[in-house]
Amino acid sequence: MNAYPGLPEFDYLKPDTYAEASEFLVAHAGEARPFIGGTDLFVQMRDRVLRPKYLVDVKGLEGMDEISFDNSQGLTIGAAVNMNRLIAAPEVIEHYQILAEAAQSVASYQLRTRATIVGNICNASPAGDTIGASLLLDGMLNIYGGQGMRQEPLSTFFLGPGETILQTGDIVASIQFLLPPDGLKGKYIKLGRNKLSDLSIVGVTAVGYPDADTKSGLHFKLALASVAPVPLVVEQVGEILGSTPVTEETLKGAAEAAMEACTPIDDVRGSARYRKLMVRNLSLNALRDVWHKLRK
Amino acid sequence: MGFHRINLTVNGEFEQVDVTGYMTLLDMLREKLVLTGTKNGCAAGECGACTVMMNGEPVNSCLVLAVECDEAEIVTVEGLASDTQLDPIQKALIDAGGVQCGYCTPGILIASRALIDRNPDPSESEIRAALVGNLCRCTGYMRIIEAVQEAAKM
Ligand SMILES: Cc1cc2nc3c(=O)[nH]c(=O)nc-3n(C[C@H](O)[C@H](O)[C@H](O)COP(=O)(O)OP(=O)(O)OC[C@H]3O[C@@H](n4cnc5c(N)ncnc54)[C@H](O)[C@@H]3O)c2cc1C
Ligand code: FES
Ligand code: FES
Repeated sequence: MNAYPGLPEFDYLKPDTYAEASEFLVAHAGEARPFIGGTDLFVQMRDRVLRPKYLVDVKGLEGMDEISFDNSQGLTIGAAVNMNRLIAAPEVIEHYQILAEAAQSVASYQLRTRATIVGNICNASPAGDTIGASLLLDGMLNIYGGQGMRQEPLSTFFLGPGETILQTGDIVASIQFLLPPDGLKGKYIKLGRNKLSDLSIVGVTAVGYPDADTKSGLHFKLALASVAPVPLVVEQVGEILGSTPVTEETLKGAAEAAMEACTPIDDVRGSARYRKLMVRNLSLNALRDVWHKLRK
Repeated sequence: MGFHRINLTVNGEFEQVDVTGYMTLLDMLREKLVLTGTKNGCAAGECGACTVMMNGEPVNSCLVLAVECDEAEIVTVEGLASDTQLDPIQKALIDAGGVQCGYCTPGILIASRALIDRNPDPSESEIRAALVGNLCRCTGYMRIIEAVQEAAKM
């Protein structure tokens, strides 16, 4: 006998084409789900939160397993590229370090053999570790739907916990990032209940780069995880740190603004009050870290 | 619900198995192939007791479907030793006293073997990071880390 319940019954299929996969999902709306690594989906099914009758394995579809880079198109990560591969990819290390840093904080090595960044995004948990970096790098999703491929910005993708703009039959094929601005530096700080491998109580992603168009000569961006119904980009941070010279004081002001902007809840991982204070402190640490890197 | 016929290699042996869509790799190994070295500690990706190698990389077999292993190469703890010789990581774990109840051991062995395969000279912090998904409730980890350091030298 198993100490833990197994997966509820379902049937498995692995289509060869986007059209076939999408049509099946539409024909079995409400009963079928796409999956890649299954690290979110299987756990939710095991816990009987979700009970699809069919799982559609989309890993075999064209381009899903590819990672490509060039200066004009930037980086394109196929939906089935696992996090370990992403972390080790030379082009990611060279141009998108903050994405690798965020992915590195997810769970364990063996889980990352299966977990994907597109799965992390489609799962739409406000705690998703790679979402902040993806938002700040202006990620765009290539999505197959009834009308063929289309592109959607990540900035308007999330509607609520577990809710996205995806329609029945939509399959995310890849995520794309244009080449980031020259000199971009970043920092991800994840506060979990233990040092490694837990979901975040608070997650703070900060990036900054030299920008001749701002008064301060610098452009900062900040995203927060686990402190609002959706992953949150705090626009005020860019405004505050762009309009006045960056000093320890203005960084503190930006961190206060981040604390004001978030709307956390109490849950098993931490209270709302604790989360707010941690947002202020960790935002300051992350912004200061980026600032120091920019001054080097 | 239909069955799916899959062909795979487990510890170097060819296997043909009929599985349901919802059977996990862990259950297939334990129930169908009677390779009970691989353990079920949580069935949710948390504990690492079910770790096996799939196409050269460690995975939590409780979160992989058996049907996804068509054409795959799987190595379990039973496949580490050759006929008469333990894998260096097995020998090192015994020598260091890194086994108590042994429930975590199969997963620790596979995750450590995988680490040494990709990084032949891991630092202590790299070892800790590589084993963060393998919980051990007995040893306190120090002896396991020592064993991995020793095995890497062999
Ligand atoms: C033990 C454990 C620890 C974890 N720790 C962390 C952590 O530290 N940080 C973190 O952020 N997450 C963590 N997770 C959650 C999970 O591993 C990640 O969110 C992972 O990135 C999900 O990727 P996946 O490919 O496995 O997604 P899947 O489970 O395959 O899919 C996730 C969701 O997206 C949908 N979906 C998948 N692919 C597509 C597609 N191509 N198009 C449309 N919809 C799609 C699925 O239907 C499902 O609803 C953890 C999970 C476990 C089990
Ligand atoms: S049984 Fe698979 S991780 Fe615990
Ligand atoms: S030896 Fe008992 S759990 Fe590790």
